[in-house]
Parts: sequence; C-alpha cells; structure tokens
Amino acid sequence: MDYGFCDLLVLVCLIEDPGSKMWGVVRHKSIRPAFSTIRHFSSAAKEINVREALNSALDEEMSADPKVFLMGEEVGEYQGAYKISKGLLEKYGPERVLDTPITEAGFAGIGVGAAYYGLRPVVEFMTFNFSMQAIDHIINSAAKSNYMSAGQISVPIVFRGPNGAAAGVGAQHSQCYASWYASCPGLKVLTPYSSEDARGLLKAAIRDPDPVVFLENELLYGESFPVSAEALDSSFCLPIGKAKIEREGKDVTITAYSKMVGYALKAAETLAKEGISAEVINLRSIRPLDRATINTSVRKTNRLVTVEEGFPQHGVGAEICTSVIEESFGYLDAPVERIAGADVPMPYAANLERMAVPQIEDIVRAAKRACHRSVPLAAAA
Amino acid sequence: MNLNRDGDTLMTLMGTTGIDFPGGTVDFIPEMKFIYGSDKERIPCYRVLDDNGQPIADHNFVQVSEEVAVKMYTDMVTLRSMDTIFYEAQRQGRISFYVTAIGEEAINVASAAALAMDDVVFPQYREAGVLLWRGFTLQEFANQLFSNKYDNGKGRQMPAHYGSNKHNYVTIASTIATQISHAVGAAYSLKMDKKDACAVTYFGDGGSSEGDFHAALNFAAVMEAPVIFICRNNGWAISTPISDQFRSDGVVVKGQAYGVRSIRVDGNDALAIFSAVQAARKMAVTEDRPILIEALTYRVGHHSTSDDSTKYRPANEIEWWRVARDPVARFRKWIENNGWWNDRAESELINNLRQRLLHTIQVAESVEKPPLADAFSDVYDIPPSNLREQEQWLKEIVKEQPQEYPANISV
Ligand SMILES: Cc1ncc(C[n+]2csc(CCOP(=O)(O)OP(=O)(O)O)c2C)c(N)n1
Repeated sequence: MDYGFCDLLVLVCLIEDPGSKMWGVVRHKSIRPAFSTIRHFSSAAKEINVREALNSALDEEMSADPKVFLMGEEVGEYQGAYKISKGLLEKYGPERVLDTPITEAGFAGIGVGAAYYGLRPVVEFMTFNFSMQAIDHIINSAAKSNYMSAGQISVPIVFRGPNGAAAGVGAQHSQCYASWYASCPGLKVLTPYSSEDARGLLKAAIRDPDPVVFLENELLYGESFPVSAEALDSSFCLPIGKAKIEREGKDVTITAYSKMVGYALKAAETLAKEGISAEVINLRSIRPLDRATINTSVRKTNRLVTVEEGFPQHGVGAEICTSVIEESFGYLDAPVERIAGADVPMPYAANLERMAVPQIEDIVRAAKRACHRSVPLAAAA
Repeated sequence: MNLNRDGDTLMTLMGTTGIDFPGGTVDFIPEMKFIYGSDKERIPCYRVLDDNGQPIADHNFVQVSEEVAVKMYTDMVTLRSMDTIFYEAQRQGRISFYVTAIGEEAINVASAAALAMDDVVFPQYREAGVLLWRGFTLQEFANQLFSNKYDNGKGRQMPAHYGSNKHNYVTIASTIATQISHAVGAAYSLKMDKKDACAVTYFGDGGSSEGDFHAALNFAAVMEAPVIFICRNNGWAISTPISDQFRSDGVVVKGQAYGVRSIRVDGNDALAIFSAVQAARKMAVTEDRPILIEALTYRVGHHSTSDDSTKYRPANEIEWWRVARDPVARFRKWIENNGWWNDRAESELINNLRQRLLHTIQVAESVEKPPLADAFSDVYDIPPSNLREQEQWLKEIVKEQPQEYPANISV
C-alpha cells in the first residue's frame, strides 16, 4: 500500500511540473525518498484538483492491475484532450495506453471484446457526446452480455470522459447523458463531483466486474478540493450506489450530481443566511440510485428540490421524484421542485447558454418556494 | 445468360478459367496468393502545376478563365486573411473557438469553383472557403463567430460552425463524419428529384475512420448516388498522425474497395483540384455515380484554437509545408505568368482586406446578442404550453433580477 501512496504523490508532483521527459527515468530514484518525509507532515488536508484525482486513480489502478489499460482518441501522445492521462503513456507504454483512430464505435466495441476475454479496459470518450457513435456497444454489447449469457460473460469495462455542458461549445458538445445511461439495466452510472469522488469512484469503477459509465465534467477538472490522507491512499475506494450527504440540514433536501453539487452547496449557503437549513445530497451514483439516503433525508426535511443539468423530461429528477412519491409521499409538505436544463438543445451564444442551464439562484428560489417563503414567480403564466 | 443450368452451361459457368459470379467473371489461378494490405507502389497523385506554379509537361486540365482564376486567387487570399484575423480575435478572448484552413486554401476554393451553386455541400469544419466562394460575406462570417442577432444560426452553434440554406451549405455538425452519410442521402434525393446537381461532402483523414464514411461509400455505390466525397488528407487528426489512423495507401484505395471511382490529387495545386472536381461533378451528375477524391495536403495551422501542434509535430515539417508547398503562392505564380495578376493588385487586395476584416469584427461585436425568445424557438413548430410557460417565467425573472443576467439580451 505504501508503494501506491508514494506513487500517487510522485504523480501529483509530475502534474504540477510539466517539465522534461526525464521524469520516467528520474522518478523512481530520486523522488521517492523525498516523499516519505513529506508524508509525516501531511496531517493537514491536502488539496488536489479533479484532473489530478482522476489521473492518480488511473495510475494507481494501472500499476496495481496489469490487466487495466486505457484506450481512446488522443489519450497517449497528447495525454488526453483534457490531460487526464498525463504521464501514463510514458509510464505504461503504448500497449497499455492506446491512441486509437477516430472510430468511437470501433474502440468501444474492441474494448468490450477485450473485457470479454479478461482485460479491464478504460475507454475514454473525448466527450460523452461522441459516445453516441458507440452507444450500441455500451448498451447492447456491454450492458446486456452478463444477463444474456446467464452470468457466463462479465464485462469489466469503464467508459469515461467529460459529460454535460462545458462552456461555449454548443449543442453537440454539451449534453448530459446521465439519465440516458441510467435508464439501462446492466450499467452502473457514476457522477463524481469532488476530487475525493473522482478518486474513489474511478477506482471503484475500474475494480468493478461490470460495465460502468463514468461521467466527468470538464468544468470541474481544474477545480481543487481538500482531500484526506485516507482518500489519497492507493487502497481508497468508494462504494458504488451510495450517495454522500455533503451538508446536513433540516428544512429542505436538495439532490444534485456532478457540477450541480457545487451549485447546490452555494445555494445552501445563501439559504442559510435566510434561515433555511438545506440538506445537500451528492448522488455520486445515478445507477444504482441511493433511494434510501434520499428518502431518509426527505422524511426528515419534508421537502425536496432535485437539481440536474440535463433535460427535464424523463430525467434523473423525475426518477428521484417518483421514488419519493412511492416511498415517502406522506412525508412531503410541499410539491417536489425540479430544476433542470431548459428543454432545448444547448445554444452557443453565451447569454442564451447561461439561461439554458440551472443557476444557483434557480436552486435558491425553488428551495424557498418549497419552504413557502416566496410566491411563485410566474403567477400569471 | 442461359439460366437453364444443364451440364454444358454449368461447365461454362464454372469453367476451368473462371467463375461467372455476380459482378463479373472471376478468374481461377493455381497459386495461393494473398493480396497485400498495401502495395509498395502507391497510387499516384494527379498534379498540374509544379511547386513553382509552372504547368507540368503533358498536363491535362480543364481551362479556367481569367475571371474565374482571379476570383479563385482573391478568395484564397481572403480566406487566409480571414483565418489570420479571426484566429487573433480568438486569442484575444473575443470569441471562444476558431479553426483555420491554412494550407488547405486550394482544396477549399478550387473545389468550390468547380461546382455549381445548386450542388449541396456537407462540410466538416475546415471548408469556410467553399462558403466564401458562394458569396457568404465577411460580415456574415463575423456575425456567426460573435453569435450576434444577425447570425443566421441565431447564436446556436459554436463559432466556425457556419450554415446557410441560401448557399446550399448545410450547417456544420461537431460530430466527426456524420455529414458523409447525410450527403449520400441528400444525393439520393437529388437523383429522385431528377435535379441537375450533386451532393458534395468534405472530411479529413481522421473522419475516414468513422463508420459513417464506410457506410456512406458503400451506400453511395449501391444506390448510385450523385455524390462527391472530398477527403482532405492533411496528415493529422488533431495529434493523431495518419500512420496511427490507417495502414492503407491513404483513403483513395478505399473508394476502389467499395466500387467507387476515385482519384488522388495534389491538394495544394488549385488547378488540379479544379480540374478533378469538375470532371468528378460531370460524372456524378450525368452518370449518377459517386466519386471519391483524396486530396493530399497538410494542416499548416494548429488543429483549432484549443491546440498547440508544436507539442506533437516537428516545427520544420510545418515550416516546409507552409513555405515550400504553399498553395496560394503557387497559384499566384501561375496567374502572374498568365499576366492576370501583379504586385500592385496584390498589395491593394491585402491592404483592403485587413481593414475590412477588422471592421467586420467591430461591427459584429457591437451588435446585440440574439433575443431571449431565440432560446426557445425551432424545436417545435408550435411551442407547447410548458415551453411557453418557461419562456414567460424566464422573461419575468430577467426583468425582476436584471443583475443576475447579461445586460445585452433583449427580452
Ligand atoms: C464523433 C467525434 N469524435 C471525436 C471528435 C473530436 N475531434 C474533433 S476534430 C477531430 C480530428 C478530425 O481530424 P480530421 O478528420 O483528419 O480533420 P482535420 O482536423 O485534419 O481537418 C476529432 C478527433 C468529434 N468532433 N466527433
């Protein structure tokens, strides 16, 4: 374990210093002892950004299991369109970090085949928007094989990459696919928010025997979060299917995933100033969905606001709402509020784009409505 | 053919020399001979002008009039200036994204010049020159890039994802290669309507790896669709070199495999491109057949404004293509030799262009952004009540909390 831990810190350093290609040679000799010293001092929480978290998780899992390999467009030489695979080609070589031709349906299918025969591929989509080219393999090949083969074929594959709206990249680069993939039995769908989520969930996804769709967010890659020493240990892993209560509260429950967790937390701060105590649930896993945590929270607060960036219809919020209606209807003191992206393809123009995705203010207003603190805005609509 | 398969006919069908199989007779041979994946001898490349703009001996090409040649040249220069100045605007943070066609001006402009305006273009994203040739104005380009209210795409698409119905130029999709199969569908519909036009699609070497390319070629052959596939084989797909993209002799050989008439052309030779596209168009339209053109060229610029290509390719490689194989300079020499162009005309063009382009940027930037209502239109013919409600809400919120929203929206 110690081994992995050191490796991680070395890697963090590697990310901070985009220096020469000497790294591969120097790393093991000179850097490692330095870090064992640092380790004694690092009782205070360290900060790493989501990119570093994902990179270190990949690195540790690749070093722990020779069957794990990474494949996708530009993941090797270019180190990933968003530099998530930085340093991995150098460390693991071109047999385990594969640059592919631009054929999403090709490398998704080839990944599934490799997983049938015992390898553990991690397939990167430049963005999940391009996974649409490969969705047949994700759904029909990966998700269903275990069931159709009566458990004889397992498909330990991870499909990962940025999902949802970034900024200024228009309709075909900005869609959230959480509800799409989460509606399919046979898949697990994870949506990390923080660096801890990113590390713990990616490691869980890679170790999992089944296909996992791992939805990252481009705008979070550069965001830093404090991470505990435990979360930095190479043995760290988070359970799939378990939500995290990011902030406890008693007046209203706000569920969110990915980037929207940050918005929900900011909304909760604003609400606190106005005397409303909001409980923020970071879903972490969209499938399986942690219905127990959601319902327990709603039974306590009696109010629910769901937040997502995706389209509203048949969305994650709709599913959560159903679960609460089914299990906790009697506890609700107000109609469930759903905050989602506008029901239109994402416009490019910055002003229109801003209005097509949820803002912190929208969450605040919805929470207040749920707490009967404000009149609905569109009385006349 | 006599379908009465008595002994004799069967003997001819399965004769000792060959088998009459659907598609034609296949010869029998006694050696066990595998076809190599790629021949040592590569498919040659059609070119008319040498690197110095001199016609090569025994050239055969379609005559170009002075008027067309000068417009080709000025459009190539305009495209390059446009690329330089809009690229700078992105670097200054005024727009979020841009792609240049530097080094690929000849493919852009000369192919457009050889087509008819009714031919429907399905572009990738490095073919702004086609639209320029067809009369899209510099101001229209700038309006799209700045997504203002005069952008005919209503501010919905990323910068450089142009589209114009009027110019038969289908709005660019970000998803690589989807346009290739769309072009075949459109070509089929042109054929059904008995139009005197074809569909033309452009894509990169990278795009040829997508399934869409393969489906499109196969369908085009089977459906006998009047479509021209123009592959800009520029050596790179972002940082992926063609050696990691495919191991065939480029893209041209794939046409043959699908039964599509194909040619490889020097993509930096405007005259060769013009001639090949014009011949291709004639065959496509009059014979209802697809044609594949592989243009060998080089992406001299970075992939896009999100890229720094010096990280993955040698600077001297870029420099060689930029200087020694410059398609614009080569064509200039040819028109100068014809007495159609001179230094004075050149400096007038260049000075004028820079001013005009800077002006279009200023104008585009100062124009209001698209109105809020534009966020809601064009999904439904008649917007359903929930969308109307949302729009109403949004208007009221913006009015109530103006500080939360950009100031430059008209509500
Ligand atoms: C389906 C899909 N996959 C990946 C991408 C990301 N991407 C954008 S451009 C590009 C390279 C395309 O290269 P090529 O077709 O050779 O055209 P070039 O840029 O060289 O003109 C890639 C991989 C995309 N836009 N769509």
